[in-house]
Amino acid sequence: MGRTLAEKVWDDHVVRRAEGEPDLLYIDLHLLHEVTSPQAFDGLRQNGRRVRRLDLTIATEDHNTPTVDIDKPIADPVSRAQLETLRRNCAEFGVRLHPLGDVEQGVVHVVGPQLGLTQPGTTVVCGDSHTSTHGAFGALAFGIGTSQVEHVLATQTLPLARPRTMAITVEGELPDGVTAKDLILAIIARIGTGGGQGYILEYRGPAIEKLSMEARMTICNMSIEAGARAGMIAPDQTTFDYLHGRDHAPEGEDWDAAVAYWKTLRTDDDAVFDAEVIINGAELAPFVTWGTNPGQGAPLSASVPDPASYDDASERLAAEKALEYMGLTAGQPLRDIQVDTVFVGSCTNGRIEDLRSAAAILDGRKVADGVRMLVVPGSVRVSLQAVAEGLDKVFTSSGAEWRHAGCSMCLGMNPDQLAPGERSASTSNRNFEGRQGKGGRTHLVSPQVAAATAVLGHLASPADLSDDAARTPAGV
Amino acid sequence: MEAFTAHTGRAVPLRRSNVDTDQIIPAHWLKKVTRDGFEDGLFEAWRKDSDFVLNRPERQGATVLVAGPDFGTGSSREHAVWALQNYGFKTVVSSRFADIFRGNSLKNGLLTVVLPQETVERLQELTEADPTVEITVDLESRQVRAADLTADFELDENARWRLLNGLDDISLTLQNETDISTYESSRPTFKPRTIQV
Ligand code: SF4
Repeated sequence: MGRTLAEKVWDDHVVRRAEGEPDLLYIDLHLLHEVTSPQAFDGLRQNGRRVRRLDLTIATEDHNTPTVDIDKPIADPVSRAQLETLRRNCAEFGVRLHPLGDVEQGVVHVVGPQLGLTQPGTTVVCGDSHTSTHGAFGALAFGIGTSQVEHVLATQTLPLARPRTMAITVEGELPDGVTAKDLILAIIARIGTGGGQGYILEYRGPAIEKLSMEARMTICNMSIEAGARAGMIAPDQTTFDYLHGRDHAPEGEDWDAAVAYWKTLRTDDDAVFDAEVIINGAELAPFVTWGTNPGQGAPLSASVPDPASYDDASERLAAEKALEYMGLTAGQPLRDIQVDTVFVGSCTNGRIEDLRSAAAILDGRKVADGVRMLVVPGSVRVSLQAVAEGLDKVFTSSGAEWRHAGCSMCLGMNPDQLAPGERSASTSNRNFEGRQGKGGRTHLVSPQVAAATAVLGHLASPADLSDDAARTPAGV
Repeated sequence: MEAFTAHTGRAVPLRRSNVDTDQIIPAHWLKKVTRDGFEDGLFEAWRKDSDFVLNRPERQGATVLVAGPDFGTGSSREHAVWALQNYGFKTVVSSRFADIFRGNSLKNGLLTVVLPQETVERLQELTEADPTVEITVDLESRQVRAADLTADFELDENARWRLLNGLDDISLTLQNETDISTYESSRPTFKPRTIQV
């Protein structure tokens, strides 16, 4: 019988298989950041262990880093101590580190792919749940806890039980104005935050094949929000083209050998998935969340649902609690929801294409009075590219703030936070209670919806923007 | 890791579904660089409410958390497990756990027990009706017992063996050093490297 993409990559990394034990899996790439690594390095020290494969390990700083005044010492002493701990640990053990101020610094899931380190058929782990992002390359990539970080540092392997596989086939073509973010939000609303649990998802079908690498990363990034272990997309010419010439992409004969191998990484026609979901891409529309988990979403044209309409008691209760926290009432049109903050950034939507699409909408327009808009590039490289294209000017002249790269308001570990009761339209991935700051309320949206929302001050899509005669786009 | 054989204690019923790790331990606590001292961050936002179940006098000293479905969703932060343990919880019962959270908990000796939703609700009703009721989670017999309720649970044999013996995963893996080296010697040259060594 044929094998799925996930099974092929899995099988190629089994170091040891024994009856009644989890497989011991080899890890090709281990990404580190400041938040989930200190206790792991401590563990190594306590046991007199070293890092087994420094050449498969890389670290950057992202969660705590400020996005303004980065040349000044970090104001928060606890954040500063954590960054200093990472720097000390990397120096002591010999790990390559891209600290704040370095040109390769950025959100760990933006940095790996742009360096060409994330490649098809590799296993990638990081002490961060959004490691699923790297699955866009046909890599088997998943988030791990700190004990596992220590385990990989010490052994370059992980004992793991093989997950089941689920195909998510997206038929048809996404209509104009519908993005990868809308698609993944719609998928999560359909299968639920626990729907992918125990599975590796494989996104496939014509609508997926058409997507750029960056859009594919947006999709795979949020696999974890459906509860999945990982999300994958089979590598194809789009993948190879993206990788070719990047810093760590193979060269010469190695490139040819790599491509030959990568081309085998497709689910066989006779392979069987443990579960299948089919989505009609042509039926989709801009999608936003109204609740406090990423599965609580609806098309922008819909209204806040009535909790009483849920058959399942725990879903009903969750919806009631969500409306209470979000300060919304059932039946209220989603388009009427006013926001005071717009955040464009994160490992979901902080790459250059995301910034371009937000800028294209803001060009020649103004952020509405009373709305604060933060644009935070996913990495320094993304930032430099945006500046080279003049996108920063578009953002600042529309009234948005252009910031330094990092996680920023995606989780509010640095000073970029919502105040209690503030409401954001955010291109990030989690609308949990307090995620963007204590008492803050988050609506997850695409970069296009974020930009249109910033202009109108309420949740909106670019189609809602009237053609403004006074608009004089600079045309970037 | 501490071994887990059986535990008996009073319970806290947490009637919420989808309790994500941001609720269990908010992000600002993640700046700490140790594994201890997270107890005050546990459910920090909810604990501001004096009526929150954890704050009730009758729940003080409870060690068994009986939670709603999809417990531990969201981020991979192991701090969520440490916070529960630092606070004093030895075991969490739910009908469904997020994968990463479950993996993290078992690595730290916090036993996560999966029971059918109706059994979880019966346990919640029992402890709500009488907060002094003790729940026993017995890993040896894979059974949960409370008052007249007895429920079997499953846990794969390997995870159970490691928990019962408090075995450290890294030492176990390093016993297979030769397998790792053999695998490494056959890795293709086109695989990425972060530095030249
Ligand atoms: S951008 Fe957000 S989701 Fe991504 S790694 Fe940073 S905090 Fe996590």
